Amino acid sequence: MYFGLSEDQIFFQDNVKKFLEDNASIDVIRKIANESDKTSKEDLHNGIVILGINNILIPEENGGLGLDLLFATAVGQSLGEGIATLPFTGSYVMAPIAIKYGANDEQRNFYLNEMSKNNVNFGVGFSEFFGSRNESELSFSNNKVNGKTLFVLDCDFATHIMLSDKKGQIGIVSLESSGIEIIDLITVDKTRIFKEIIFKNTEVDILENTSRSDEAISNAIDAGRIVTAADSLGASKAMLDKAIEYSKERKQFNRAIGSFQAVKHMCAEMAAELEPCYSILWHAAHSFDNKEKNKKIMACHAKSHISDISKMVSKKSTEVHGGMGFTDLLGLHYWFKRIGVNRQILGSPEMVREEAAQSQGL
Amino acid sequence: MDLNFGKEYKDFTKEVKDFCKKYKGVHFTESSKVPLSDSFKTGEIKMTRSDWQKILIEKGYFARSIPQEYGGHGGESDIIKSRIIAEEFAKSKIPPPMGGQGIDMLVPTLLELGSEEQKQKYIKPTLHGEIIWCQGYSEPNAGSDLASLQTKGELIDGNWVINGQKIWTSTAQYSQMMFCLVRTEPDASKHAGISYLLIPMDAPGIEIRPLVDMTLNAGFNEVFFTDVTIPEKNIVGKRGEGWAVANATLSHERGSLSDPNAMMNRLNSLIERMKQETINGEKVINNKVYRNKLMKIQGKVIAFQSNSLRVLSAKVNKNQDVKIAGMIQKLVGTELRHELEGFAIDIMGELGTLYENSPNIRDGGSWQIAYMYFLGLIIGGGTSQIQKNIISERGLGMPKEPKVQQGA
Repeated sequence: MYFGLSEDQIFFQDNVKKFLEDNASIDVIRKIANESDKTSKEDLHNGIVILGINNILIPEENGGLGLDLLFATAVGQSLGEGIATLPFTGSYVMAPIAIKYGANDEQRNFYLNEMSKNNVNFGVGFSEFFGSRNESELSFSNNKVNGKTLFVLDCDFATHIMLSDKKGQIGIVSLESSGIEIIDLITVDKTRIFKEIIFKNTEVDILENTSRSDEAISNAIDAGRIVTAADSLGASKAMLDKAIEYSKERKQFNRAIGSFQAVKHMCAEMAAELEPCYSILWHAAHSFDNKEKNKKIMACHAKSHISDISKMVSKKSTEVHGGMGFTDLLGLHYWFKRIGVNRQILGSPEMVREEAAQSQGL
Repeated sequence: MDLNFGKEYKDFTKEVKDFCKKYKGVHFTESSKVPLSDSFKTGEIKMTRSDWQKILIEKGYFARSIPQEYGGHGGESDIIKSRIIAEEFAKSKIPPPMGGQGIDMLVPTLLELGSEEQKQKYIKPTLHGEIIWCQGYSEPNAGSDLASLQTKGELIDGNWVINGQKIWTSTAQYSQMMFCLVRTEPDASKHAGISYLLIPMDAPGIEIRPLVDMTLNAGFNEVFFTDVTIPEKNIVGKRGEGWAVANATLSHERGSLSDPNAMMNRLNSLIERMKQETINGEKVINNKVYRNKLMKIQGKVIAFQSNSLRVLSAKVNKNQDVKIAGMIQKLVGTELRHELEGFAIDIMGELGTLYENSPNIRDGGSWQIAYMYFLGLIIGGGTSQIQKNIISERGLGMPKEPKVQQGA
């Protein structure tokens, strides 16, 4: 019995963390966020592809690493901790899982082989399925897609977009096709870009199994939620570490503010609530990998619980930093906003908890 | 990640399940002074509490790693087997082994730091339930600042003579012995002036007054000492080492105050209650607001239970570091349990306030009792605020509060 990350998982996680520390300082992130510095972004992406994060979930027979979601989760923590300005959840977690469960053999081999070589890269837009809004409406018919979808993830390096309709049918659109209009959605979180995409009679390749079953989209969303939670947990860890560090250095009333109980207790509360988040996160990924009966409940709870705790940490850590926490100077707000956006994408906590209730028959 | 315990433990689980089937319906005959939970008062198989303890020790289900010469099973300590036993006993409602401060705190202390004579004399009868112990630590003026305790012990003609007062002493009214912290070195510094003494509760000069708590049970007592005289040899460790001796067991107590299995059982009972209760004809479980709150609590309980699996894992895998995960259990566990019990009252509304033997009461009033009882546990065993000091200073490495200058 062993509950925790393996040595290999920790090694991979540390490599990604170190890569970001060396290559994505707060100045680089600021440049990408403020000036949409494309070169820096591409350099980072090339580096992270060399580390293999695009291949974690692609089977070995398709040229990938053939690892599991717990590996991806471990890496997700590092990406959140370093607020990586990179695609991951959609492109490298949800897309390969959707293909694994939803594609026929021909589709599966084609897309996975090309993905492993970094020739095909997916943006993912599943909002229609789990939380459609007034503005959107998407329909597939006769291998064409029409309509609009919001909050498409990971479009930066995308060659293709993976979409779903309300029923959970998944279609793939090549960005070389005609009838595609892509609009930037500007969120508070400038470390990532989300898109609104409008399709007019655009050619679409429907993943064959998804017209019969929602297994593919359901698994892809579970995995996406777990990895989004990992991102928030990593970002929260970074915010707690920064709060502790700052409280030891900053002096008021002739003493480090970290020696005041009011400040200490805020940090202890953050640590006490954050620590069980690692466990529920890894437990959820493990349940997913082992196809356990409760895997959906675990994924939902990991997402909504970690979203709540991360929100608390993002507020308290900012408060520990006092006025400086509120400035752009320190850049702490990049982590705050990352956590804020993660909370909403792939379902807000209340919505996701209702799914948890329904999936246990309540 | 590997959550399988392997074949040995699978076989062991089956063995324990068979045992539980065989002894289903065990209940105790003797009029023990220790109150029994209602479910252990009736059943088919009658035996004394002490006989039950002996069966459990024989099987290795209790006192597993305690040497046979002291009345234990004499086996290897096995944390996973302990967990399987606890889970299976709880599932089949078999009476668990006796616990209490003697078994949970004094026995480990004596095994580690007691003299050979003390081990021989006390451990076996304690394990068999023949000696019940109470803990004499807190005093009216020494709560969170326990080391400032003032109950005095003087060595006079080969005897300790004790004067002073203890408080929050659970089980004092039916204990035969107390393990007690007493200031024996008045000239030494605060922590270095304390000794750990073993006091027979029938010694002349001891007065026990019940202390009724907010649940209206006399769960605690005050214990007064007036010239209580005990033999010099009733000390564990040396003079002035009492603080270190006590600390060996305090950490033990904190872990035991927040059991994740009990929490999960309680959550399941709450779900059942929500399926049964109705408001204006609608089942509470179908009310969106209550459902959401229930799910929020379920998420917390799953996170807490997963955290305890991680702590368990670190006990089995020696190289795993889970320092903070262990440290937070008392704080998070007691606060969460209190929240869960309080929410159950909310879903019942006015009915949730019923108490004692009122008509219309649900589940025997257990939600109300536990809601208050767990507030007691948030305070007892090191308050939540003390836990936060420990987490921040020892876990996160934050600076200590500067010492206040004496007389400044």
